[in-house]
Amino acid sequence: MNLAEGVQIVSFGILAVMMLGSAFGVVLLGNVVYSAFLLAGVFISMSGLYLLLNADFVAAAQILIYVGAVNVLILFAIMLVNKRQDFVMVPRIWIRQVATALVCVGIFALLGTMVVTTPWAIVTTMPVGDASIVKIGLHFFSDFLLPFELASMLLLMALIGAVVLARREFLPEATLEPGDADALTLPERPRELLTTGRSDSTIQ
Amino acid sequence: MFKEDTVPAKADPLLFLLGPVIVVLPVFLSYLIVPFGQNIVMTDVGTGVFLWIALSSVVPIGLLMSGYASNNKYSLLGGLRAAAQSISYELPLALSVLAIVMMSNSLSTIDIVQQQSGYGILGWNIWRQPVGFLIFWIAALAECERIPFDLPEAEEELVAGYQTEYSGMKFALFYIGSYVNLVLSALMFAILYLGGWEFPVSVSAIAGAIGVSETTPWLQVLTATLGIVTTLLKAYFLLFLAVLMRWTVPRVRIDQLLDLGWKFLLPISLVNLLLTAGLKLAFPVAFGG
Repeated sequence: MNLAEGVQIVSFGILAVMMLGSAFGVVLLGNVVYSAFLLAGVFISMSGLYLLLNADFVAAAQILIYVGAVNVLILFAIMLVNKRQDFVMVPRIWIRQVATALVCVGIFALLGTMVVTTPWAIVTTMPVGDASIVKIGLHFFSDFLLPFELASMLLLMALIGAVVLARREFLPEATLEPGDADALTLPERPRELLTTGRSDSTIQ
Repeated sequence: MFKEDTVPAKADPLLFLLGPVIVVLPVFLSYLIVPFGQNIVMTDVGTGVFLWIALSSVVPIGLLMSGYASNNKYSLLGGLRAAAQSISYELPLALSVLAIVMMSNSLSTIDIVQQQSGYGILGWNIWRQPVGFLIFWIAALAECERIPFDLPEAEEELVAGYQTEYSGMKFALFYIGSYVNLVLSALMFAILYLGGWEFPVSVSAIAGAIGVSETTPWLQVLTATLGIVTTLLKAYFLLFLAVLMRWTVPRVRIDQLLDLGWKFLLPISLVNLLLTAGLKLAFPVAFGG
């Protein structure tokens, strides 16, 4: 892709403003559904930036994975969970807040030092363009094999965890006493762990 | 009255407007990669069919958005069903496309058609992917929400799903998007499995037999015309099949739909992918080594 420099600068500016604006919207807006939709805007602007860098495969993958899968799942989670409950003060909430602040500052410091210390050299060779898919594939199966496999293990763990969580049985709310359950947990029917050999539905 | 563009009083006006737009835009954008001939294509991007799959994955966001913004329980249910349906059928669709890509060694639609050319009707991918094309067609029908899978707007259960509160041009946008998407799926099926612009009998072989050079101007014009007509005829045949199905097959239930997608089509398409890889290693001549 060959764009004039002016076009590149203008599109970079538009994309950056779009991305920062929607990112602020994600954090600052009160309605969580708006935040989720704006997150899609952030991801799409990021894929626009990848396009500007001649990485069209990465741009398409960004849209497919982050907008098409991750963001839709976030929206699903928001729209399916509409359990209205009163705001309950969790005891010692400040530990959680302090921990969150620490993690955020830590990540910011880490990324900041990474940006500052990396020697950003301008690459003089031609961008590979369409051949980038082949290069990415070669890297995945040679020097980036371990991160690639680790990521797939992580996804497998998440998959199995989701199946385990989905097979829980919750007690109906009507039968519960008001002070019965802790805040932030759902009452759950206790179950035996080794019931894989028989069908539960026929016995109960 | 039916053409008035009304917005419900308790709806979210901005998201209500954006929903149909997001549903329609990616569909039209996907026409970038549909080729009607060797050079009759808007752009030959290297990512090709992957771009189509990536763009079609944006559509559920628009459906969820319009379902949520309508502020109506049927709309919300319809939007959630539509998004669940398109997520679960995207995987078999992508996996069956991946088997084709593996045989053609390229994501570009032009290369995929080139790889099927030369032997007329015998070289088409439909003979090499007998399971893949069925999976692709079922998944494409489900992605377009055509009748055996039109759960999101099942009118007996959900009024009209996510479209319930829409009227006027916004309502029309959903239908434009749906039918344009159906034509797009038919065109992609023709390109991936039916040899794209290739005539059932190889034109260049006939030209060689009667002694006309490939560079003759009138032959090139004829080939290009034939290419466009052939692609459209193939697509229309598939559209005919889709409309025929609409009057033949009853609607499935939502649990049957999800079972079919996750427990049947997904494993079968994985096996199909594995078989294609094995056949490619074993018979590189026939399966594009």
